[in-house]
Amino acid sequence: MLLALVAVYLAVLTLWPLGRLLVEALGPGRDGAPLGLLLDQWSSRSTERALMNTLGAGVLSALLSAVIGTAMAFAVRLTDIRGKTAMVFVLMLPILIPPQITALAWIDLVGPSSPILAPLGLAAPYGATNPLYSFGGIVFVMGIENSTLVFLAVRAALAALPRDVVEAARVVGARPVTIVLRVVLPLTLSSILAGLILAFVSAIGNFGVPALLGIPGRVTVLTTLIYQRLNGFGPSVLGEVGALALILVLLAVAALVVRARLAARHAVAIDRSGAGLEPFRLGRARRPAELAVWALLGTISLLPLAALLATSLTPAVGVPLGWDTATLDNYRFALVGNDATRRAFLNSFVLASATAIVCAGLAVPLAYLSVMRRRRFARALDLVADTPYAIPGMALSIGVIMAFLPPLPLLGVSLYNTLWILLAAYLARFLTLALRPVVSGLETIEPALDEAARIVGAGTVRRLWSIVLPAAAPFAGAGALLIFMTAFNELTVSALLWSTGHETLGVVVFFLNYEGNATAAAALAVVTVAVTLALAGLVSMSARRLPAGTVPWRA
Amino acid sequence: MASLTLDRLGKSFGAGRAVDDVSLTVQPGAFLALLGPSGCGKTTLLRLVAGLERPTAGAIRIGERVVCDDRSFVEPEARGLGMVFQSYALWPHMSVAGNVGFGLKVQGLTPAERRRRVAAALETVGLGGYGARRPAELSGGQRQRVALARCLALEPPLILLDEPLANLDAHLRGAMQREFRRIHRESGTTFVYVTHDQSEAMALADRIAVLDRGRLQQIASPTELWRAPANAMVAGFIGGAAMLPVDVVAVEPDGTRRITLAGQVLAVPGLAEPGAGLLALRPADVELLPIEAARASRLPTAVVTDSVYRGDGFVCDLRVEGLADAPLQAVATAALEPGAAVGLRLRGGWVVPASDGG
Repeated sequence: MLLALVAVYLAVLTLWPLGRLLVEALGPGRDGAPLGLLLDQWSSRSTERALMNTLGAGVLSALLSAVIGTAMAFAVRLTDIRGKTAMVFVLMLPILIPPQITALAWIDLVGPSSPILAPLGLAAPYGATNPLYSFGGIVFVMGIENSTLVFLAVRAALAALPRDVVEAARVVGARPVTIVLRVVLPLTLSSILAGLILAFVSAIGNFGVPALLGIPGRVTVLTTLIYQRLNGFGPSVLGEVGALALILVLLAVAALVVRARLAARHAVAIDRSGAGLEPFRLGRARRPAELAVWALLGTISLLPLAALLATSLTPAVGVPLGWDTATLDNYRFALVGNDATRRAFLNSFVLASATAIVCAGLAVPLAYLSVMRRRRFARALDLVADTPYAIPGMALSIGVIMAFLPPLPLLGVSLYNTLWILLAAYLARFLTLALRPVVSGLETIEPALDEAARIVGAGTVRRLWSIVLPAAAPFAGAGALLIFMTAFNELTVSALLWSTGHETLGVVVFFLNYEGNATAAAALAVVTVAVTLALAGLVSMSARRLPAGTVPWRA
Repeated sequence: MASLTLDRLGKSFGAGRAVDDVSLTVQPGAFLALLGPSGCGKTTLLRLVAGLERPTAGAIRIGERVVCDDRSFVEPEARGLGMVFQSYALWPHMSVAGNVGFGLKVQGLTPAERRRRVAAALETVGLGGYGARRPAELSGGQRQRVALARCLALEPPLILLDEPLANLDAHLRGAMQREFRRIHRESGTTFVYVTHDQSEAMALADRIAVLDRGRLQQIASPTELWRAPANAMVAGFIGGAAMLPVDVVAVEPDGTRRITLAGQVLAVPGLAEPGAGLLALRPADVELLPIEAARASRLPTAVVTDSVYRGDGFVCDLRVEGLADAPLQAVATAALEPGAAVGLRLRGGWVVPASDGG
């Protein structure tokens, strides 16, 4: 019964859209040739250019992410620098702040009217093009944005290294630098590569950064090409953009397969039972090292946010910020002065809450059946639930349009141009964010607790309520907050699915900036970031009582 | 109390047979121990009875009720049994009284009746007044008692216990064994108790079923199991007997077997038919003699390979002359140097067939 419910949910919201995407993209071309759509799209010059840009930006930004992420993980985990908690929090900001807002912050920081660089005389001359509106700008911002993924992967690998591998090297007389390069680095290399591949997958599916930087800079990647096509020509080109999205899906799947292969091949057998690594003492080099880390973190994380905040307080782009010019007008406009933003707050709030509640509610029975009851079908569904998050969000949106543009059977109404289609896409995409913590939580609970309740005569629903839910609730709660934070600022999926009256916050920030109202966009971005950070604080506080691994940035 | 009948029960995981063609009957009110080395299938057998695993062959009857056969399967929720898990499996978010009363609540008893039964069950296990505690506040032995009380409160006709004492230290184990015996006596319920510890099985049960590689080797009372093991596996597992290859020459009218051990003819009780057999010898079955005396009376001889002081004597490892790969142990009153030759006189021993099919 429960399993059937989950199966229907995943069939309707995940398998159906993804299946439609596949079928449509593989359909005949306008001239009826088999696989015509695919061949037409894949051989066109604009696709080729976008594909090259996507691959180039993906690879280069992933390399940048790997360098920053690995360096930071080594610094935080292997040395005795102080203030690690604050460093890790700053490193986590890219997870909490959506790409379009990160891009916006960088635009504000580097642009000619930068409220931070201009007073120092470092900004580009007024009227000049923002240097970030370029291929290099996209690589740079995405590289910083995704460095968190590498950081998390490498930090987890370092945490799993037992201290004796280092101590054995010290005993034979190796110096710390040698140990890091010859012992620690080889042992974490597969995790660095795994993180790099994740960064690549995230980069090729990224829409916010190339949309804000690439569209004005005339650098097109696949996601922005899909967006511009669908925006320009409407649903009639669904098949064509489906074929483009299929390229993204294939790239992501190929990368993830390589990652799984790497993980299997490079698995080094290490006894994990021993104590963790002891950090190296830096001695007199500690203070310079701390300064260097903070200088880097300040530049890549804090400075852009400061610029965003400063811009939001500026009356108009180009006006220098001072005590006499600072104004809250932008906030007034962003929060109450504009119908679209007011609607967007409500829409994003409703969508994010509904998604969080439904997904957390569904994650508990699904995780229970797959982890504690070891049902094969449930384990298969568990995998299905991961797919919409693993593939680029743009591909999911196109599948969702294809699936729900035709009127629903029996009801006879189409979900297209309503809030419901956004909800459908969110429910598919974010289920895994609640499922993962609940699964890892229930894996720590012994199945005998459930079996003991079966023995005393409690049925499945009774056990879910009385035995499983009390154990799973903290994990489901953390998952729900995670979903809310992510969905509240979401842009990639909404960009294709929104309609007038059904805007989301991500879309409105994007359009305010697109229309040139950079100060209002900054103000709205600051408010949503504040909401997200407040929620993150809430999760962190509750995470202290949860086992490790429940909340991603405390993994 | 209820009887339990297993009829040709089997359970395969992939290619492996965890339980293989097991048939046995437990009388109402009996205390049966399922005994065997780890991986012998005893826990799987218990879980089959509980309904937590589905058998791949055979049938199970509890009392007159068929709970599973080829056509039907009663879910564990509907079997009405009690079970104590090795890890106790207490629900951490419920109080002790909540744990004990959960099953009663599921069965729809009134709060007053529930309170009475919970108090009575806690009283039985010696935890009266602990109802408001959380499982995390209890010691290992107390958790064990709560797990037992949770069973008793439901007054099931059959209680299954899966190595319930494995996580307790030796001192507590002895105390809990006495408790189990008392509670079994007072409740009159049928107990089926899984353990890998033969002394625990002997101390508790009135019948012991020995399992090895999924197959039932022997089911008997503790004394019979000790005195007359059915095959080499049982003889080796119970009391750690050494197994010496012998030839059974003849069966005497009184049942005694005439055997040859390393060329010497001896008379020993046992089961084996004429042909190849195995002589099971526990250390206490062997008396050590001076080598000259043994040669004079044509008794087997052996060489000492090691000797360890154990307080009540010296436990000697011996190699019997003429038998290369058959180590034997015996207890000597004085230290013996490795390499010393000794004679052997048998005070006991039991002959079993050489191949037991197990």
